[in-house]
Amino acid sequence: MDPSIFRYIWRYSRNSQIVVLALVLGSLPFYFLMLDLPRKIVNGPIQGTGFEAAGASAAFMKFTIAVPGFLQQFFGAARLSLFEGYQMERIPYLFALSSFLLLLVAVNGVFKLQINTLKGRMGERTLRRLRYQLFDRVLRFPTIHVRKVRQAEVASMIKDEVEPLGGFIGDAFVQPAFLGGQAITALLFILIQSFWLGLVAGAIVLVQAFIIPKLRRRILELGRERQLAARHLAGRVGEVVEGALEIHAHDTSHYERAEITGRLGHIFLLRFEIYRRKFQVKFLNNTLAQVTPFIFYSVGGYFAIKGSMDIGQLVAALVAYKELPSPVKELIDWDQQRLDVQIKYESIITQFNPEGMIAPELQDPDRHEPAPLSGMLTASRIMLEDDAGLKLLDGASFSFDASSHVAITGPAGGGQEYLGLVLARLIFPTSGKLSIGGRDMALLPEAVTGRRMSYAGSDSILFPRSVRDNLLYGLMHRPLTLPVIFDENPGREALEQSEIRRSGNSVFDLRADWIDYTAAGSQGPYDIDNQIAAVLDVVQMREDVYQLGLRGCINPADHASLAENILRARTELLEMLKDPVYGALVEPFDPGQYNRNATLSENLLFGTAIGGAFITASLIENEYFQTILDETSLTADLIRMGLTIAETMVELFADIAPGHPFFEQFSFITAEDLPEYQEIVKRAARLGLEFLPESDRRQLAALPLDYSEARHRLGLIDAPVQGRILEVRRKFSAGLPAKYKQAIEFYDPKKYNSAASLLDNILFGRIVYGQAEAQSRIGALINEVVSQLNLRWEIFRVGLNFNAGGRGRLLTGIQRQKLALAKAILKRPDLLVVSDAISLLDARAQQQIFHNVKNYSEGRGLIWIGGQLDLSQDFDQILVVEEGKIVEQGKFGDLSLNGKHLPQLLAAG
Amino acid sequence: MLLNDEVEILRRVLLFSGIEPAKLKLLAFTSERINFAEGQSLMRQGEMGNTAYLILSGEADVLVDAGGGPVRVANVGRNSLVGEMAILRDQPRTATVTAATEVETLKITKESFFQLIEDSPKIAVEMMRILVKRLETTTIDLTEARAKLRAAGIAE
Repeated sequence: MDPSIFRYIWRYSRNSQIVVLALVLGSLPFYFLMLDLPRKIVNGPIQGTGFEAAGASAAFMKFTIAVPGFLQQFFGAARLSLFEGYQMERIPYLFALSSFLLLLVAVNGVFKLQINTLKGRMGERTLRRLRYQLFDRVLRFPTIHVRKVRQAEVASMIKDEVEPLGGFIGDAFVQPAFLGGQAITALLFILIQSFWLGLVAGAIVLVQAFIIPKLRRRILELGRERQLAARHLAGRVGEVVEGALEIHAHDTSHYERAEITGRLGHIFLLRFEIYRRKFQVKFLNNTLAQVTPFIFYSVGGYFAIKGSMDIGQLVAALVAYKELPSPVKELIDWDQQRLDVQIKYESIITQFNPEGMIAPELQDPDRHEPAPLSGMLTASRIMLEDDAGLKLLDGASFSFDASSHVAITGPAGGGQEYLGLVLARLIFPTSGKLSIGGRDMALLPEAVTGRRMSYAGSDSILFPRSVRDNLLYGLMHRPLTLPVIFDENPGREALEQSEIRRSGNSVFDLRADWIDYTAAGSQGPYDIDNQIAAVLDVVQMREDVYQLGLRGCINPADHASLAENILRARTELLEMLKDPVYGALVEPFDPGQYNRNATLSENLLFGTAIGGAFITASLIENEYFQTILDETSLTADLIRMGLTIAETMVELFADIAPGHPFFEQFSFITAEDLPEYQEIVKRAARLGLEFLPESDRRQLAALPLDYSEARHRLGLIDAPVQGRILEVRRKFSAGLPAKYKQAIEFYDPKKYNSAASLLDNILFGRIVYGQAEAQSRIGALINEVVSQLNLRWEIFRVGLNFNAGGRGRLLTGIQRQKLALAKAILKRPDLLVVSDAISLLDARAQQQIFHNVKNYSEGRGLIWIGGQLDLSQDFDQILVVEEGKIVEQGKFGDLSLNGKHLPQLLAAG
Repeated sequence: MLLNDEVEILRRVLLFSGIEPAKLKLLAFTSERINFAEGQSLMRQGEMGNTAYLILSGEADVLVDAGGGPVRVANVGRNSLVGEMAILRDQPRTATVTAATEVETLKITKESFFQLIEDSPKIAVEMMRILVKRLETTTIDLTEARAKLRAAGIAE
């Protein structure tokens, strides 16, 4: 990237800059006219020069040009008149001139608007390009560098730090031309009016232009320090968020607080110093600006009195001078911004220019190759050093058939994981050569390495998308169809396309289908789920996804037949629950029955709340709910139950330290609220429930909503209360106002509940508390029903829609590893590198998945790194890595008998 | 059975006698009630676990497998606490406990139990007394067993 921001801006916005500069030039004559007009108005109509005689008139818009001396002979006059103008009397002439001034102001305004609009567009375009280029560079960072980069810093650079550059891009050339042009025009104008006044004005401008930037230099340096400090702060905050677990594990939150305090203090001092200096400069600036009028009035007035300058000229000079400081000041601002932006630009550019960037040619999307990778994979003296010069790989040399199955093993820290990364061409070796089928691997484009090869490591990252999209991610190399556009808007579409070209962004359309179905061995979107299921079987994750599906929700409008089948499953399950062994384990939802195993609010609403109106936390505040409670006089019950709960909680939790996990797990009242309830309980004992203040009654009434008789066992809900609860339930749904129709979905034995999971829809009830193994036995029963009705496949597909969450955090670590491995094999690579990718799994599962992967890779290359040693006997070859060197290579049988290093490893392992 | 009934039963357990009712109520409240049908296992030998069970009603068999199949070593009933060793020390279960009749239990977690000890150090002393008594019994058994073995000429 260009080292200077000016060169960068010029390179990418030359044409627009020239257009705007032309506009600026075009605007200057109008500006001059606007300055000159006050003189004419004052001298002409106001002072009456030329109107001494009664009925005298002057020519409006008379236009003459001076004729150069040598042509005067020819024209016979010193001034050539192009337009004789309209003859006007004094008063109309005044209004005509004033109106003309107004017109000129408008013209200048239009120029300014045009220039600013063009500037803005130019700036935004170039900013877009800059951001894109920076992001492009992130995608080309060498992998080994990426590990050192603090993500938050890079993100903040692309997002925030380039922002001011965007503002400057439009101004870079235009602002000095525009402001400089205006300042020079104004100065010139003053000079024409009075040479001496012009000199004075010029001198003061020069002082401003030279002294103030010098004072501001220090501010800039401080600004740069501030930027660095702020960037480090962002990075540090990112680290803390990332390392939250560590902090809690070691009680270092106070250390972190102190650390951040130090940084904030540093930033405070920097900012304050900047602030102080800024206002010092402002003070100086203002003072200088105020001194000039003094000179103008005194000296200009003196000239006017002496008659060497007329009043019109003085007024015009004053007006022009008034115009002068703002361009000058803005010019100084621009100059400061220039320095500031240049510094920022440089500091960003250096961050985005690490050594060993991947060449753009290697990412050419068109360089894919239909032929599989084959031949010998040969490494000769591969060296890999980290930044500190530490040798991670130290002259590793080996050779094997790229389509064979090879295990790489060795003691921990021997460098095997780096060898894996080098073999997958994710890291380029510092020196040495790696070739496949005689071709230098360093020169293979990513279109080959990323499509014909695959890598699964121990810490593969998942994106916050569905499980399916995470798996398909490995197949999305470039768009393969035309974009599918839903709401067509040709004008906007054309604008977007032209802007993409103008700012050099990616021309690939995200709305196209990017998925390379063929690579996964499927025909298209309709059967890709079969392939997905197959690879999930390889990594033993199909059952997990099915379970995710059971816990997922569907919109019955989109999955009509599944919803219908789920209802059938509900009926089947209900039938099976007639067996008393199972019947004792589930309490089904029955509109006419109180459910002991559901909470009170569930019993009252008898449905799933959607959105905020009826969620338990604020249910008691809902005015409709309150009306129903009052109608059925359940409010008094709730308050009475609330009091019992409050008394129990106060009794049980009074001595428990706030923050104890018991509060979170068991208490109806948080530690902070406990003292308040203590008071309420005391008041209730003194006054009696009826005389409690309304706010206390409200607080008590909210408590029992989470209460479940079976779980909490306080004996609060007797038969009469149950009757009233059922009455509330009936009235609540019968009279539900239209505005709440979308806020709740009621439990209806005959209807699919779209707000509840598939599992809850099948179960349609609550598993009974306190029955050993109830959960697993009912789970098995549901499984049976689902299998009978052949719903497993559909539910599995619902599971594929499960969103993995940021970095896949909504999945378990084991699931993440399995999914990452599945992603790597879905594209059926010619060479698959698996590096410690299932380390979290237990030994038996590792072994099974290993055999599955190995069978799956039959006839294709497989490199298995790390993991259990006893697995390596199934490989064609074993490479033993120690201290970055290959110390042994051969068959397991040979090496384990005759080798030196493998037997040692086996003995140790 | 309500919370207050459970507290009554807890008070009758030797280990918990002399502890304030409020503390026992907290223990009961923070413990889950679990019922086992005849033949279901409360815990299995060798598995990890960090909960103890207080038997509220019914009877259970304690079985130990020393390699030659499970052998019934004890029968426990109402008011007995089983599995408390696992609470005190993270270790696999030393025996299998299987419900001989329908059994009602209170599942006491490590957290609840330690909260109780924190509140009433007396219980720690009581716990020690029980463990010492158990150690004593075990030592006597061991001595007897050794004597028998020696008599049979098997040991040294």
